[in-house]
Amino acid sequence: MTSELILFYTFAVILVGAAVGVVTARNPVHCALLLVLAFFTSAGLWVQLQAEFLAIVLVLVYVGAVMVLFLFVVMMLDLNLTRLRERFWSYLPIGGIVALLLVAEMGLLVWGAYARSGAMPPALAPDYSNTRALGRLIYTDYVYPFELAAVILLVAIIAAIALTLRHRKTTKYQDPAQQVKAHPKGRVRIIAMASEKRDE
Amino acid sequence: MSVVYFEQLMGPAWPVVYTLLKIIAIVAPLMLGVAYLTLWERKLIGWMQVRIGPNRVGPLGLLQPIADGLKLLLKEITVPAGANKFLFVLAPVMAIMPALAAWAVVPFAPGLVIANIDAGLLYVMAITSITVYGIIIAGWASNSKYAFLGSMRSAAQMVSYEIAMGFALVGVLMAAGSLNLSQIVSGQAGSYGPLNWFVIPLFPFFLVYLIAGVAETNRAPFDVAEGESEIVAGFHVEYSGMAFAIFFLAEYANMWLVAIMCSIMFLGGWLSPVPASFAGAIGLPWLAAGSFIWLFAKMVFVVSVFIWFRATFPRYRYDQIMRLGWKVFIPVTIVWIVVVGLWMQTPLWVWGKLTP
Repeated sequence: MTSELILFYTFAVILVGAAVGVVTARNPVHCALLLVLAFFTSAGLWVQLQAEFLAIVLVLVYVGAVMVLFLFVVMMLDLNLTRLRERFWSYLPIGGIVALLLVAEMGLLVWGAYARSGAMPPALAPDYSNTRALGRLIYTDYVYPFELAAVILLVAIIAAIALTLRHRKTTKYQDPAQQVKAHPKGRVRIIAMASEKRDE
Repeated sequence: MSVVYFEQLMGPAWPVVYTLLKIIAIVAPLMLGVAYLTLWERKLIGWMQVRIGPNRVGPLGLLQPIADGLKLLLKEITVPAGANKFLFVLAPVMAIMPALAAWAVVPFAPGLVIANIDAGLLYVMAITSITVYGIIIAGWASNSKYAFLGSMRSAAQMVSYEIAMGFALVGVLMAAGSLNLSQIVSGQAGSYGPLNWFVIPLFPFFLVYLIAGVAETNRAPFDVAEGESEIVAGFHVEYSGMAFAIFFLAEYANMWLVAIMCSIMFLGGWLSPVPASFAGAIGLPWLAAGSFIWLFAKMVFVVSVFIWFRATFPRYRYDQIMRLGWKVFIPVTIVWIVVVGLWMQTPLWVWGKLTP
């Protein structure tokens, strides 16, 4: 057994264990943290496939940003676990069907790809730059799909903001520009007053 | 007694041992740097406030950090009632791990780096973005309102400032034409000394990176995560002894990290600020040679600026922090990316001639 295989199986076992934990753990915060572990381990597997750019971006985007917001939401929720488990058996058939379908689809995909390649990709030259190769592909051959994805994301951002933005009349707001413009002359009035004698 | 001798002695275990030795060679000085940064901070703030600062333990107070560390080591770690014990203990580990792991790709001098990977800049970004987990988990696992509020504030703040920080790094990447940290430094080499550094054309990015770095490390004036006057000590209010100290170590290690990244990306890394022609003219050619000493001087400058900030500015209010991050920094960086993009198409752009 080579060190590569040992590494692969270590990562794979942790990944599968974490993924199982995500759906079986009772505490939703534990689920979210296990999902973080799953993302991180799959990034490790991608590094083994010499896709270091994708692996780093996976950590940066999913672990560093998306899952932080997930955790944020999950921690703020007041989850009632007993109510969540209500009607578990009545949902089981439809849930089972969806799960089986997903497994079948993924199986087809993975089996097809596995049957075709079957081995690790050939080792790349030491000065080969993954980042540069990916950038070149994205901005030349795949520039239209790339820009399409960017536009869809932009629309999603604007839609999310438009849905949640509301102007409340009661909100107190400070205009920083006005604060900067504030001048002592407009705020303080110095009055010359003759001193008065206190009545004894 | 050379490296080859040890290689033969250890046999197949040598790569592991060698890597461990390299890790120790970075972590040990870093921990020492962290310890003495706390002393430097107390001294510098003391001088700024016309005080003397610690001067009792050892000559000039130089043994103060050692005494502080020993004290914290000997204290009991209490776990609050109702806390999630596993996560409570895991949180400090999650805080210190990225603060140390990011140093793997940092070059200290030409060729002196553990992992000279191609996407070094991105790796540092990715690893530092994990730092926030230590704080979130600490706040949640403590089962305390203060700690939870602190960690929520911190999480929102760090995610917001990461975007501006990322855009600032995009500017550096454009100017250098590489994500490799060593190549970013060599892109700033030239015959004009500091004028060749990226701080000149990328000055808005430098400011944004520096201030976002302060916010990312949760330091004053962005320390709402541990605002003493509002939420006692924020996310680490329930921690004691070494568990608390590890959060502290992580914060200061992150300060050094931001300082070295700032020096590498904007201040020319290990390059000398003295142009070679000038150094030759005054008969001191060694002044123009790049070395770790220059890098260290730049790092000390940046961390001292951090401390100066702390002694100068009052704490930001939470909504002001969010406004600065989203409404000032992100537009500024986006505009400057466009400016740099256009500027690079003209002959007026003379920096980082390292074309791929």
